[in-house]
Amino acid sequence: MTTSSVVAPPSAVRPPRSSRTGILTGLLLLPASLWYLILLVAPLAIVVVMSFGNATRIGGYEPAFTFANYASALDPSRVTPFVTSLVLAASGTLLCLFAALPIAYFIATRAGPRKSLLIILLVIPFWTSFLIRTYAWLTLLGPDGIAGFIGSAIGDSGFRILGTPVAVLIGVVYGYLPLMVFPIYVTLERMDRTLTEASKDLGAGRWATFRQITLPITLPGLITGSILVFIPLMGEYVIPAILGYGRVFLIGNQLVLQFLEARNWPEGAARAVILILIMLVTVVFYLWFANRGRKSREVSVL
Amino acid sequence: MSSPAEPISRPAGAAASARSGLRRHRPKPKRDRYGTIVERWLRGHTMLIYLFLYVPIVIVVAFSFNATDRRVTQWAGFSFKWYESVLNDTVVQSALFNSFVVATSTAIISTIFGSMAALGLQRAPRWFRTPFEALTFISIIVPEIVIALATLVFFSSTFDVLNPLFDLQLRLGFHTIIAAHALFNISLVMLLVRARLSGMDRTHVEASYDLYGSPWRTFWQITFPQLLPAIVAGFLLSFTFSFDDYVITTFVSGAGSTTLPLYVFSTIRKGVTPATNAVAAIMLLITLGVLVIGQFLIWRNARRSGQRGAGASVAGMITEQSGG
Repeated sequence: MTTSSVVAPPSAVRPPRSSRTGILTGLLLLPASLWYLILLVAPLAIVVVMSFGNATRIGGYEPAFTFANYASALDPSRVTPFVTSLVLAASGTLLCLFAALPIAYFIATRAGPRKSLLIILLVIPFWTSFLIRTYAWLTLLGPDGIAGFIGSAIGDSGFRILGTPVAVLIGVVYGYLPLMVFPIYVTLERMDRTLTEASKDLGAGRWATFRQITLPITLPGLITGSILVFIPLMGEYVIPAILGYGRVFLIGNQLVLQFLEARNWPEGAARAVILILIMLVTVVFYLWFANRGRKSREVSVL
Repeated sequence: MSSPAEPISRPAGAAASARSGLRRHRPKPKRDRYGTIVERWLRGHTMLIYLFLYVPIVIVVAFSFNATDRRVTQWAGFSFKWYESVLNDTVVQSALFNSFVVATSTAIISTIFGSMAALGLQRAPRWFRTPFEALTFISIIVPEIVIALATLVFFSSTFDVLNPLFDLQLRLGFHTIIAAHALFNISLVMLLVRARLSGMDRTHVEASYDLYGSPWRTFWQITFPQLLPAIVAGFLLSFTFSFDDYVITTFVSGAGSTTLPLYVFSTIRKGVTPATNAVAAIMLLITLGVLVIGQFLIWRNARRSGQRGAGASVAGMITEQSGG
């Protein structure tokens, strides 16, 4: 696009780099690079440096090199939010998976001409305000809603859903379900349908066909979806704050508490670094898996 | 897939023994009944999930028209009075205005800089591209809450250093919200535009050069129209994300820069009221309006340039992106 060689032969996709195009490339990349340096690299670097520092009595930061913050962040008596987050993120991801797989399968194979309508109907809630979608459950799960209904059915007027992990789990599945459906749908949509027909012709039952053909082919989509749901879930802050009344205490809530109220920045920073490391390990593992899958698929095609 | 395909699988000719024939025939009706159960379950499950997705939204919107003065869920007739009272509330008005200012600025900045970066990255040398891509990646996977707290710490400590040094009055406000929102959205626009670039047909660009089109004209007449759907989708997505963001905004906003999500969050603490429902419905309407406008723009562009199909919808673009 920015080439200056006008009469380049069609085969030369990459024209020789001149100093003018070099400058242009630099200018194109300059604003985004500045943004990354100032608003991503610098803040994260400060957090990493701070995580090795000392906390002062008035809630500031004192330069030092100590692992004490990591030690106290990983202290068994204070890792409960980590464990809660892990359990909630894992169960939320699994629930999304079980809820999403049949819909994705239905849309990809059974919906026919209504396919695009069904996809748009999935995009709409995903697009609309996340905060409002979480807020929407307050009435539905409240004492005038499902909780009251169950409460009167079991004869316990004090029965509550809001403020419990169940409410947070419902909010989580509600908020992130479309993110799980999209990638599964895309892999199912690209699947070669003749494979399942061949499997049926060879006498395999529904379950065997699903387990041996459809599931392995959909696996990349399932894993992409799980990553897309699991990662934001680990750092979720809004859903537990609204539907959990702050009583369901996740890492996100703990971080906010440490930074803003306890003002123990170094220990909060250590927790943030641990959280980022968990994310990175998950994603690197995912990428390794995705690449491995790609290679094996190429081999099988050959 | 379904039962009509079954007879083909029956072994033809006398080679099939009576025993295997028997064995093949007996499980068949059972499998078909199984099949209808599976089909029904698939259909039922899908319908239930769609209900699950829409019931809460419908309830919020429905109760925003409730004329009640007391309990939100006690229906006391249809009325617009809560919309009237909310839209006349100066706090809501200024929050709405602030949200529009923040979202529009973020969307403009992110779309321009993100698209520029996508174009630049095509020709950037490897030593630059690899770390840049890694940073894009990090900006997307690091949890929003960590980014928010890190940005707050960064802003407050740099302001503490810079203000006395240069006698400045730097404070948290609109500019800090917009700057922080733009980080994520620049990455987002860049990914969308790059995906479009890599799938682009290069023959038109080459034809343009063969016809002595200048790089500048080639870009605006060939490349840009082909990238437009991705750019529009990027603009709308960043507008929506910025308009809707609570986590980052709450940490880097200052006095006087309260946005609508911040207002809603603070009223939720006091419990659900019909007024909050009305504000929520207004927010839903705005984000939906953005989606409809974007869809319309992309369709019009697609019709004009004569391209049709899966790529020509916001929905299609989002689903394709998430699958890649």
